[in-house]
Amino acid sequence: MFEIDPCREAFRTLEKREASKVPPELVSLRRTAFSRFTELGFPTPREEEWKYTNVSPLLKHQFKFSIEQPANGLTAEEIHSFRLSGLAGAQLVFVNGLFSPKLSHTGELPSGVKAASLSEALIHDPGLVRPELARTAPYGRNGFTALNTAFIHDGAFIHLSRGSGCEKPIHLVFITQTPSGPLISQPRNLIVLEAGSRAAVIESYYFLDGKAYLTNAVTEIVLKEDASLDYYKVQREDARNGFHVATTGVRQDRNSRFFSFSISLGAKLEREDLNVLLGAEGSECTLNGLYLVSDGQHIDHHTVIDHLKPQGTSHQLYKGILKGKSHAVFNGKVFVREDARKSDAEQVNKNLLLSDEAGVDTKPQLEISNDDVKCTHGAAVGQLDEDALFYLKSRGLDDENSRDLLTHGFAADVINRARIDAVRMELDRELWAWLQNDHLAGETK
Amino acid sequence: MLEIRNLHVTVGEAGIEILKGINLKVGRGEVHAIMGPNGSGKSTLARTLAGHPDSNVTQGEILYEGKNLIGMEPDQRAREGVFMAFQYPVEIPGISTAYFLRAALNAVRTQRGLEELDAVEFLGLLKEKMKIVEMDPGLLNRPVNEGFSGGEKKRNEILQMAVLEPKLAILDETDSGLDIDALKVVAAGVNRLKSPDRSIVLVTHYQRLLNYITPDFVHILLEGRIVKSGKKELALELEAKGYDWLKGEVHV
Repeated sequence: MFEIDPCREAFRTLEKREASKVPPELVSLRRTAFSRFTELGFPTPREEEWKYTNVSPLLKHQFKFSIEQPANGLTAEEIHSFRLSGLAGAQLVFVNGLFSPKLSHTGELPSGVKAASLSEALIHDPGLVRPELARTAPYGRNGFTALNTAFIHDGAFIHLSRGSGCEKPIHLVFITQTPSGPLISQPRNLIVLEAGSRAAVIESYYFLDGKAYLTNAVTEIVLKEDASLDYYKVQREDARNGFHVATTGVRQDRNSRFFSFSISLGAKLEREDLNVLLGAEGSECTLNGLYLVSDGQHIDHHTVIDHLKPQGTSHQLYKGILKGKSHAVFNGKVFVREDARKSDAEQVNKNLLLSDEAGVDTKPQLEISNDDVKCTHGAAVGQLDEDALFYLKSRGLDDENSRDLLTHGFAADVINRARIDAVRMELDRELWAWLQNDHLAGETK
Repeated sequence: MLEIRNLHVTVGEAGIEILKGINLKVGRGEVHAIMGPNGSGKSTLARTLAGHPDSNVTQGEILYEGKNLIGMEPDQRAREGVFMAFQYPVEIPGISTAYFLRAALNAVRTQRGLEELDAVEFLGLLKEKMKIVEMDPGLLNRPVNEGFSGGEKKRNEILQMAVLEPKLAILDETDSGLDIDALKVVAAGVNRLKSPDRSIVLVTHYQRLLNYITPDFVHILLEGRIVKSGKKELALELEAKGYDWLKGEVHV
């Protein structure tokens, strides 16, 4: 069992090993977080926020903590397939949550742009890291976030100075390798865009071998005035043995823009929390999501958009396609606070069930404390339209092809929102492959 | 080309009998009009020929080029050269009209033993075909029928017919919802697609369409049976006298 005691042991090992290297503020942050974790423990379905996602299957494993690099290092060839073709920007590679300088290349980043490992940044740029670390992803209520915070030691640190910009997307590649048994890796990422800066970041999760593992990731994003970030998260963990729990916290200042795209393609169980605070006037966020859920998988997206100040805008479109015996959860909360006049909030979640055994729990929620706002939300769970299916077949397309086309058509609008060509094309390929897989599996039955 | 013998069809789960013994022969290259009031079974006949899953054939035969269509999947019928223009074309989100047309054409070409067309070859062909129905090229990149006007949807149906080159085309109330200008364009398109190798079945409520497309034969459908057949003059007679004129024929 994965319980608090082995975590405590690992925590002591981490403290001992890094005793001399780590700044005292971090030591105290970790301790507070660990103590909070021991109070919270892991969530259970008795908690409202975890009603539909039971993490007990993952707690059955004896995960070892990944604190040091695995002995058998990877080569560039081994991870080549994780590159997105057509991307030419910086690539930071992390193996089991730890930065691998050998596999990474930052090329020539424009001036004012930093992309480095968090462990280095904690030493070299404490002035940039410390004021923001653990401020945007609170650990008081989520045991996983508390555990991640207690073990903060590596991940990505991206910083754009005032007015700077990075044209090419920065790609963060997280790979889990489990040569010596079940493993937990806990990347901690911090992305800070100072006033008027702009960037695009892709955060991808992959795996190499077949043992059970848990990725428990936390990403904090701070967007200062007029800053603009395009943020893509690609989760492609092992659908049989990979568990993925992640919290992304976003804090937006005046007139900043946050565009996100969450792509869930893998994991036996995924829980994704995305919390956006529109903390100042005129801030804007667009949240897109696509989840493809196959037999045996459980994918849960929880999002919170908090309109705190006037004239904030949020647009959310999440779509899911499910097949086999699978389950998805969407829980989207939008708060419009008393002070948030002229807020504009739109939230849509749509799900397509390709099998009778697939199920979705969707719950869009609006909580509005101001009259002067424009808010809409909607959720749908449905199957392929029989009339549309007949229409396609009546033009000569066979049943399988017609279903694939309609399914692809269902996802097309959200896929087309991806603004990085490489991501959009990859996603398109992934969807076709996912549909094809089904047929291959069907044929062998 | 097509021979329907004593066709009985029920529709839906309730199993209500809509077609009660249809007999019809359509020769190669002929144009037949099937006229009837609302509820007479016209659309059910068209949908049955196309293989709609809601139409259950309980009796009879549909022979197309000597093959029995009953039990054949709609896509197989289409690849064999049967085409139905829908009364209410369906909107298909997320699939562009051009992509859809190419996929359909290639499915049909494969069946005919022809090579598939690539995007460039197809676009060349499509440009020619679009002239037939004077269709706005801007619609090609839009999802199939999504946001199309009624007239654009009907043109798109005839465009699909032009691209797929069926041997048997069934046009289900292609005139409904069209203003006179759009009707002329659509009718002219159909006329250009007439050929000695292509039979056309026009299903319509009104005689109006037949002012522009001249049928070789006219059949009147009432309460699930063909009660009268004749030449094109029958349509004019019907227009003058109304369907009530034939009510007495039903139970004969």
